[in-house]
Amino acid sequence: MNIRINGKVEALERPSTVEALVSDKGLSAERIVIEHNHRIIPKKEWPGIILRENDTIEIVSFIGGG
Amino acid sequence: MGDILEIGGKKITNRLFIGTGKFASYPAMKCALEESRAEVVTVALRRVDSASKTDNILDYVPKNCIVMPNTSGARNADEAVRIARLARASGSTNWVKIEVIQDNKYLLPDNLETVKATEVLAKEGFVVLPYMSPDLSMARRLVDAGAAAIMPLGSPIGSNRGVKTRELVEILVREIKIPVIVDAGLGAPSDACECMEFGCAAVLVNTAIAIAEDPAGMAKAFSAAVAAGRLAYLSGLPSAWTGARASSPLTGFLREDDK
Repeated sequence: MNIRINGKVEALERPSTVEALVSDKGLSAERIVIEHNHRIIPKKEWPGIILRENDTIEIVSFIGGG
Repeated sequence: MGDILEIGGKKITNRLFIGTGKFASYPAMKCALEESRAEVVTVALRRVDSASKTDNILDYVPKNCIVMPNTSGARNADEAVRIARLARASGSTNWVKIEVIQDNKYLLPDNLETVKATEVLAKEGFVVLPYMSPDLSMARRLVDAGAAAIMPLGSPIGSNRGVKTRELVEILVREIKIPVIVDAGLGAPSDACECMEFGCAAVLVNTAIAIAEDPAGMAKAFSAAVAAGRLAYLSGLPSAWTGARASSPLTGFLREDDK
């Protein structure tokens, strides 16, 4: 199943929730914000959202900037 | 302490705002923020690079600081609004510095799109500080759109050229009733001091501090310059004259005819 993560198409081997995706990628939940198909997803909804073919995910965090 | 800057319901005593880009490391940035006793700091929002395990920048921002994410990377109002909403969803702030730029050479902002984004975000309860080209009509539109302060540029971002837009910014200071904060281009503490002397409410500095040999020392120098300029403004700067006006009395000279 292919989904687009931060602009790049990635193949997921098995069905996954947003929460599982975050942990598979080794990301720390407190420093990121996730948009799923252009909707911002509160952390409490991460476990309930199952990713589907062609879904779009944006994972963002703060960095230095002026 | 009487001289408080109030923005978005927050009371700010240090009128030097600091941007967090371009520091050699997060610890170096932290040191500069601490040394200068900054109270407002900007950050940017970007896609996570899962390959690099960078620290959380917010762990290096002192807890008393207001975090103001910028919308850098936005080319129009819609993109700025999207970035602002993502930033607020982090749960760390409802402040936003609107930055809408299409011009890659001078990084000058698109004032019209900036007004549109300000209108949307102010309605959504954000504390909105738009970065703008200094223009009185646009500044008035930003006020009407709900901006909490306006941030005209001094000179192009990162150019360290000082407040080349002074004449226009001075008009904003005189005519706009919300805080005017010079953002971008200030290269030396004297530039920051100058802005404060002619009545700006605050300044935002990033590059000049971040790329200094000793960022913490430079942050402290900027902070002192901002405080000095503010005090001079509050104390009423005398105007300039073309000719001389003697400081010592013009009487009692040791001359034959005492004239």
